Amino acid sequence: MSMGELILWGLVKFVCIVLGWVMLVATVLTLMERKQSAAMQNRVGPNRALIFGKKFPLSAFLGQILADALKVLFKEDYEPVNGNKWLHRIAPALGLIPAMLMWLVIPFGPGPPPGVEGHHWFQMADLNVGIIFIFAIASMSVYGATIGAWASNSAFSLLGGLRTAAQMISYEVTLGLSLVGIFMIYGSVQLNDIIWAQGDMAWGIVTQPLAFVLFMVAAVAETKRAPFDLPEAESELAAGYFTEYSSMRFAVFSLGEFIGIVAVAAIAACVFLGGWQIPWVETPLLADGTVDYGWLTVAQVAIFLVKMVFIIWLQMQIRWTLPRFRYDQLMKLGWVYLLPLAIFNLVITALVMYVLR
Amino acid sequence: MATVQVERRELTLAEKLYIPEVVRGLVVTTRQMLKNAFGKKDVATIQYPEVKKVYPDRFRGRHRLTTREDGTVRCVACMLCSTACPAKCIHIVAGDRGGADVEKYPISFEIDLLVCVYCGFCEEACPCDAIRMDSGRHPLPSFSRDKQRIHKVQLLEDGVRSIARQGGEGT
Repeated sequence: MSMGELILWGLVKFVCIVLGWVMLVATVLTLMERKQSAAMQNRVGPNRALIFGKKFPLSAFLGQILADALKVLFKEDYEPVNGNKWLHRIAPALGLIPAMLMWLVIPFGPGPPPGVEGHHWFQMADLNVGIIFIFAIASMSVYGATIGAWASNSAFSLLGGLRTAAQMISYEVTLGLSLVGIFMIYGSVQLNDIIWAQGDMAWGIVTQPLAFVLFMVAAVAETKRAPFDLPEAESELAAGYFTEYSSMRFAVFSLGEFIGIVAVAAIAACVFLGGWQIPWVETPLLADGTVDYGWLTVAQVAIFLVKMVFIIWLQMQIRWTLPRFRYDQLMKLGWVYLLPLAIFNLVITALVMYVLR
Repeated sequence: MATVQVERRELTLAEKLYIPEVVRGLVVTTRQMLKNAFGKKDVATIQYPEVKKVYPDRFRGRHRLTTREDGTVRCVACMLCSTACPAKCIHIVAGDRGGADVEKYPISFEIDLLVCVYCGFCEEACPCDAIRMDSGRHPLPSFSRDKQRIHKVQLLEDGVRSIARQGGEGT
């Protein structure tokens, strides 16, 4: 495939994956979260924004999403008087871009099996650093929050930014270490290879149950949501690091957060729930070792999306069930419990692998 | 007051591990969510403008004036209600009815709903069952104070006919 074709396909995949699926899910999530929390708390949730006042199936859903979008577009874009204007302006983009870049290495469907040359139709790029790229990019998203917080020239924002920085750095350690066991078992850091290996052996959640729990806890902390929502703890810090943001910039911040939630769900689905693998279904291969694409591929992509939606739902459910931690509890949980547990998990995995070899 | 020492229960191991308790909490919220989403809803919200709650029978709502068999106002402008009113919100201008047994009728009958305290003294005081607060409606909102001063025409809108005897024999 020539360079031009590669770039073209890359763009097509970007539009399909990031704009077509990720942005769509993140937008729908802003509403679904409110609806879900309403159902959990015996409330009705938003149901007033109908399109032209007409009632038809989903009209309240579509109307609410459109109304939210219009609202943030037309609100005043406030800039703090003594803040740093330019940093204040670019901070939301710094938060959003890493969240979107994470999708570069996430496979939505089967690529060529490990060791076989072929085009990755459902993955933007099969980088050989694989999931480590995601961690590298994810740790950059802390800049958006801290720079936005500092540029706002507000005490609430600054405290929120400090908390964000401390929390994300603390939990990144666990996040990364919890997956090392997976790398050891499946022998790769490339998500495509990991998913193929999960078809041969067992899903990550079976081989590494402790790592799944550790990963989910750390991931919820990374997405800065309850019970780890101290960076934006509304009862203490107004809105935390984006207190001074309004209008579309505020929306970009929260959109970045929602994309982060979807991204975490995608990683968890890939690594622990077998990605696009359907249980007990073999992926058919052609004579040259590449995948025979067909209707089964559609089902595999669909099952991956279902797994993703399930993890998103789980995150939402956790967010609306648990109360917020105190800050010292947060740090204690991260450094005193989760990190040693992750290392313990690593040692046990190594021992078991050594014995079984 | 002596200090009360509350004995704190020691957490069990399952509670200290936190994760089982998280799962227990998730089960509760998930059960509630599924119930509200697919089963019988626990939601107590009433969708107000479309659905209205029926008030109890003795609810004191917006006043209304009753009419006689022939459709005229039952009020005889005796001023008992405006005298009894603790908020002084009823303003009546009496006129000559020209009848033998009932001498007066209200030319204007005005209630300032913003001043009214909905105590029900007016309907208690009325000897003719002419003013009632059983409309079951509360005053509607409006954009000006004038709109809240309602007049005879508006008070008669509900147009209930009273069959109570009025003014002694032969009415």
